[in-house]
Amino acid sequence: MNLNATVIGQSIAFALFAYFCMKVVWPPLVAVLEERRKKIIDGLEAAERAQIDLAAAQEKAGEDKEIAKREAAEIVDQAKRRANQIVEEAKDQARAEGERLITAANAEIEQQANRAKEALREQVATIAIAGAEKILQRSIDQAANEELLKGLAAEL
Amino acid sequence: MAEANGDVLYASGTEYVSHHLGFLTYGKIDGHWGFAHTPEEATQMGFWAINVDTMLISLILGVLFMGFYYLVSRKVTSGVPGGVQNFVEMIVEFVIESVDGAFHAKNKFVAPLALTTFSWIFLMNAMDLVPVDWIPLFAQTVAGDSHLYFKAVPTTDINITLGFATAVFLMVIYYSLKVKGPLGFANDFLMHPFPKWYLAPLNLLLELPGFFAKPVSLALRLYGNMFAGEVIFLVIALLGWYQLPLHFAWAVFHILVITLQAYLFMMLTIVYLNQAHQVDH
Repeated sequence: MNLNATVIGQSIAFALFAYFCMKVVWPPLVAVLEERRKKIIDGLEAAERAQIDLAAAQEKAGEDKEIAKREAAEIVDQAKRRANQIVEEAKDQARAEGERLITAANAEIEQQANRAKEALREQVATIAIAGAEKILQRSIDQAANEELLKGLAAEL
Repeated sequence: MAEANGDVLYASGTEYVSHHLGFLTYGKIDGHWGFAHTPEEATQMGFWAINVDTMLISLILGVLFMGFYYLVSRKVTSGVPGGVQNFVEMIVEFVIESVDGAFHAKNKFVAPLALTTFSWIFLMNAMDLVPVDWIPLFAQTVAGDSHLYFKAVPTTDINITLGFATAVFLMVIYYSLKVKGPLGFANDFLMHPFPKWYLAPLNLLLELPGFFAKPVSLALRLYGNMFAGEVIFLVIALLGWYQLPLHFAWAVFHILVITLQAYLFMMLTIVYLNQAHQVDH
């Protein structure tokens, strides 16, 4: 174990290698590590943001769903009301129509009865005249009697 | 190693081990420059010699891992990382975490320094897991000299670990002066642990050895651990066929040691530099 100039040689070599390492090798390696660290931090932040956004979107979707449900219920309600209304209207119309038909029928009946009465009256008049003719047979002033008979018929 | 026992290369186990502990040293001996042929010659060369083997392996490993990091850093992406990028990022993040935990000032140099320290020392230590004869035999074949000394694990060379520790020590002094100023730095020695001016000499006596013990302990801890592990690998290699299960067991245990020692060296470097940046009290 004898000391010699190898000490100096190794010291110089060591210093040179360390200097080279600091100037050339180290900066790109550390820069890359730093860059990746930044990327990872950014990625994690983005993921966190996305999670918050997702939660907000889910909340919004829930709210929208509630609103839609309420609106749908309202629409169904309205439709039911409208249907009831239509049914009621139809019922009313039917009732009115029925009443109108009844009235018309009644009027018709009355008219026909009147017509029958008229015809009957005329026939009665004719019968009466015929009867009177037969009874009187002879010279009776046809015209004077007819006047009388017509007045009689009108009184029926 | 089995074949080494019967080989004429090594007369005894002792020689086998000691040969594997020798260095390929280049320096000036007897008035001319050349490689040392024996450890004694290497010692005679004195300080102005260089261990070509550990220095070469150290530089090869350095270029390998730094080149690898460089290539990866050229085409990194902040998107989904591929397998190789993932691997490098794992190491880088581990280093960043360690620095964040122990270094509380602001200095752009500390983390890359820690990455360099950890990766490089880990790889040097990992040379310990390569069977002890492979790299020396390869070097001997290339050199055409069957007696060539070649040390394959750089961190079993005190010069290499002390080289690291010296660099760290100089950085500690540099940053202490830069951050605290000469007076603040001196204050650390004179006013701690007892903040009384008349106790300054005592403080100096307590603090100064501790300060210089830092690089020494840093270098010796790594060197000692790796050297001991290496010697045990060498002893196991002498056991013939029995070495296989033993080598495996020791290597598995050593994976823990090489990682732990690399981690310790990095952490202590960070801690020492943190102390250099601490302006308090």
